[in-house]
Amino acid sequence: MRYLLVEDHAELAGAVVQRLEIDGHAVDHAPDLATASACLSAAEYDLILLDVMLPDGDGREFLAASRDRIATPVIMLTARSQVSDRVGALDQGADDYITKPFDFAELEARCRAVIRRRGGSARNEIALGKAVFDLTSGQLRERDMTIEFRNRELRLLEVFARRPGQILSKAQLMDRLFSYDSDVTENAIEVYVARLRKKLAATSVRIETVRGLGYRVEIA
Amino acid sequence: MRYSDIAKGLILAVWASALPALEVEDRKSYPGEGGAMISVLSTADLDVFEPFIRQFQQDQPAIGVDYTVASSTEIYAAITEGMKFDIVLSSAMDLQFQLANDGYAQAYGSDATARLPDWAQWRDLVFAFTSEPAVAVISRERFSGIDLPATRQELISILRDYPERFDQSVGTYDVRTSGLGYLFATQEARNSDVFWRLSEVIGRLQPRLYCCSAQMIDDVISGELAIAYNVLGSYAERRRTQEGGDRMEILQLEDFGNNMLRTALIPRTAENVTGAGAFLDALILAGLAEEQTWAFPPLQPHARQGTPEFGPIRLGPALMVHLDPLTRRAFLSSWEDAMEQE
Amino acid sequence: MNPTGSIRRRMTISLALVAALLSLLSWSMVASFARQAAERTQDNILAASATIIAEAIRSEGGEVRLELPYAAFAMLGAVSEDRVFYQIETAGEILTGYEDLTTGSIAPAAGEVRFETTEYLDVPLRMVRMTRTVLAGEEAVPVTVSLAQTRNGIGTIAGDLSETAAALSVAFFVLAVALTGFVAQLSLRPLNELAQAVARRGPTDLRPVRRQAPSELTPLIGSLNRFMERLAGSLRRSEEFIAEAAHRVRTPLATVRAQAEVALHGAQSHDDKQRLRQMIRAIDESSRSAGQLLDHATVAYRIEDLSRDTINLAELAASVAAALEPTAGLKDIEIRLETSDVATLGDKVLLESALRNVLDNAIKYSPDETQISLTVDQQGDMACLRICDQGPGLAGQSTTDLTKRFARGATVTDVVGSGLGLTIASEVLQAHGGGIELADNPKGQGACAILTLPKA
Ligand SMILES: Nc1ncnc2c1ncn2[C@@H]1O[C@H](COP(=O)(O)OP(=O)(O)OP(=O)(O)O)[C@@H](O)[C@H]1O
Ligand SMILES: [Mg+2]
Repeated sequence: MRYLLVEDHAELAGAVVQRLEIDGHAVDHAPDLATASACLSAAEYDLILLDVMLPDGDGREFLAASRDRIATPVIMLTARSQVSDRVGALDQGADDYITKPFDFAELEARCRAVIRRRGGSARNEIALGKAVFDLTSGQLRERDMTIEFRNRELRLLEVFARRPGQILSKAQLMDRLFSYDSDVTENAIEVYVARLRKKLAATSVRIETVRGLGYRVEIA
Repeated sequence: MRYSDIAKGLILAVWASALPALEVEDRKSYPGEGGAMISVLSTADLDVFEPFIRQFQQDQPAIGVDYTVASSTEIYAAITEGMKFDIVLSSAMDLQFQLANDGYAQAYGSDATARLPDWAQWRDLVFAFTSEPAVAVISRERFSGIDLPATRQELISILRDYPERFDQSVGTYDVRTSGLGYLFATQEARNSDVFWRLSEVIGRLQPRLYCCSAQMIDDVISGELAIAYNVLGSYAERRRTQEGGDRMEILQLEDFGNNMLRTALIPRTAENVTGAGAFLDALILAGLAEEQTWAFPPLQPHARQGTPEFGPIRLGPALMVHLDPLTRRAFLSSWEDAMEQE
Repeated sequence: MNPTGSIRRRMTISLALVAALLSLLSWSMVASFARQAAERTQDNILAASATIIAEAIRSEGGEVRLELPYAAFAMLGAVSEDRVFYQIETAGEILTGYEDLTTGSIAPAAGEVRFETTEYLDVPLRMVRMTRTVLAGEEAVPVTVSLAQTRNGIGTIAGDLSETAAALSVAFFVLAVALTGFVAQLSLRPLNELAQAVARRGPTDLRPVRRQAPSELTPLIGSLNRFMERLAGSLRRSEEFIAEAAHRVRTPLATVRAQAEVALHGAQSHDDKQRLRQMIRAIDESSRSAGQLLDHATVAYRIEDLSRDTINLAELAASVAAALEPTAGLKDIEIRLETSDVATLGDKVLLESALRNVLDNAIKYSPDETQISLTVDQQGDMACLRICDQGPGLAGQSTTDLTKRFARGATVTDVVGSGLGLTIASEVLQAHGGGIELADNPKGQGACAILTLPKA
């Protein structure tokens, strides 16, 4: 997916970009509203992450002014969890908001939810052999089959789908599936992999165990 | 003078000496139960007025009444000279008016005076309590065979047609001495142009001149007079009910009639003003009464019937005109010319 | 506030004073006109009477003769009941009448008509004097007619008229006062309407007042609007300040947290990971506390002036559930909505935040892959929201314990929280005339939070 991050704080932006890229997204970073406008007219984005306080203006006002030009879903990044702030953000046309500091898993979940609510574009599909994995709807289609996944299964499949053939360690997968402080063991990964395998059994997508290293996706 | 018995005359003489300037005709005291006394000075004869005084004392037993009778001119003179009376009643409304105008009366007001019509009082100083017409009285005997006249014009014709029958048989006031006679004459002269002609006709008949109504009426009854012209109606009415009354007839001429107002005023010098007020109220109420309670005719004209109605002589400054010496002199000389033609 | 008197009363009183003044003025004018008119009338009548008398003077045989004309005196008596005095004098000799009437006054020249206001017998008089020349034999003799009248008649006429005028003035005054009250009411109506319009506004409505109002109110509306603008401005500035401050604090925290998470992603050793996790947790703890504290303050502020809008609780529950769906999704927790349409009166933002805190607890304290049920229904005249989870339950803690500020359960120390969520929720519900009740789920595992609100 292609994100536009509008955030003037360079370090935060850097970290967010880095983190989103780990998850396989393409992220453009605009440090101010002027650059954001330029980016928006040059490229198409699946989602905009928009900070409220920017050096050349208020993100909310920018959004209110350009909402009819831009159809892209927007998640506001606000420094306040305040009741009034939230209402303000949604009133100005944001799809959702998240307060700083934020949990990446939460950010991702909200991004996914927003994109799904808006209905994605054809570009957000990953071909896995004969199967097509629709990132927006979270469905895998092959022939006349449509397979639905639960949240964690979906995230697990997404990790695999973005890195076909690549071996992914249990630790890497744990970061993606569980909150940083949840007290789970690596065994939990095995449970989810087993569930995913079961759902994919009828398709041409296979999850292979690479002994001692982790797992990878095989397409038959 | 009608009260001629010696005792009375003596008493009168004694009283009169106490009131040097006043020629008293009669006087009587009606002591009350309390010490209060009101002195009344009046032109009305005592026997006419006594019933009223008695009635008044029944209602106000505490007040004593000292009643003095005098002629209207005497009364006028007495008051202007400062003699002290509590209330003055007079048939000479012109003199009464003059007293009030010249400041000899004091204002008085009560529920009773408020009931008086406007024409019956002047400035709360003079109050009328009777309205009395001037009438002619004739002797039935002396008029037998003659149609009674209804107007002065007819009277003139009759007098002209029967000069011998009426010679020395016409009586009227001597206006030079009678205040009331003068008032009637001047008012009639002012209102009716027949007056002077009538006076001339009477003058040719060697008229007899009187000071007072009562004597004139008596002379008509005795047949001495065939006609008495300008007599007080109230006296005539009363006399008719008395002995020999059937020998007279009262004529109210239709062309014009004088109505004299008998008036009362409280002199400025009055000492018992409260008592005088009470007396005045009683007078007014008697005058206003629907039913005649005393010898006088009622004040309100509607109570009298059967006679042509002429308004009362107006209580106002015009009454002073004929009291003016110059005017009076002029009037009297005309009158004398008419009356004394020999 | 201690009012310094009522404008209406002040207006009524001052208008009434003006009316009283006008009444008094008009009365005194009418009265003086009446007096003048009456005086003129008397003068005219006196002059006419005197003229008639003068005309009646004639000479006979070299002697001045006079018969007072009855009409002259009748005329004087016709108009008023005034005392009359007269005197006819010829060349210093009193012919007739009141001798000392004209003492001290010089006879007017022939043809002259003179009016005098004098006193005679201690009463004030109006007197006219005129001189006419009469030929007595060979001699031309001036004859002066003086005719006087007391002034009671004028007094009575003027008094009557002035009484009528006074009655009219009083009537006018009474009417004016009645009208004044009405007018004051009418003139103050725009002011009252303005006050009502401002009073009807919600606590946060600082829009300028735009009303049709009389021009006199424009300055008031202008300053009111300027004041509201300043108030809105300072509110905005303080909001901006807080926002700015939060931004300044939270952005670096967010940076650190993001970087820590990235580092956690790449960390190899268990110790490194542990340290990074602790760091992230500390950041979460502090930012959660700050957020909840701020929310609590805002809620307390909004409760002070509670708006009372009609709120459909089913819609409210759905929107709160939707907002927390992604958070629940992270733990594969399913939120089951079961709602019927019930409405209540209240502040939407506050009710949302109450429900969010309760639902947030359910998600936070529930294990993965469980279900949370959110039902909205009614019991009697109360609306009822029930949030049940399949978590650990309350471990015997009562509602009163848990709704205390900063109160946290002993069993949840590993979960980030400030202990303010239920405090906020219970304050909001109490402000709306409802309440919150927490209990272990009677139908098995987990806890149930029951929110009750009066139905609209
Ligand atoms: N659904 C629940 N299941 C179990 N315990 C709960 C539940 N809801 C609340 N609690 C207990 O009540 C305590 C108070 O909750 P509260 O929401 O006030 O604070 P918190 O969740 O700890 O902090 P925060 O202010 O961040 O929400 C919690 O710490 C927890 O122990
Ligand atoms: Mg909580």
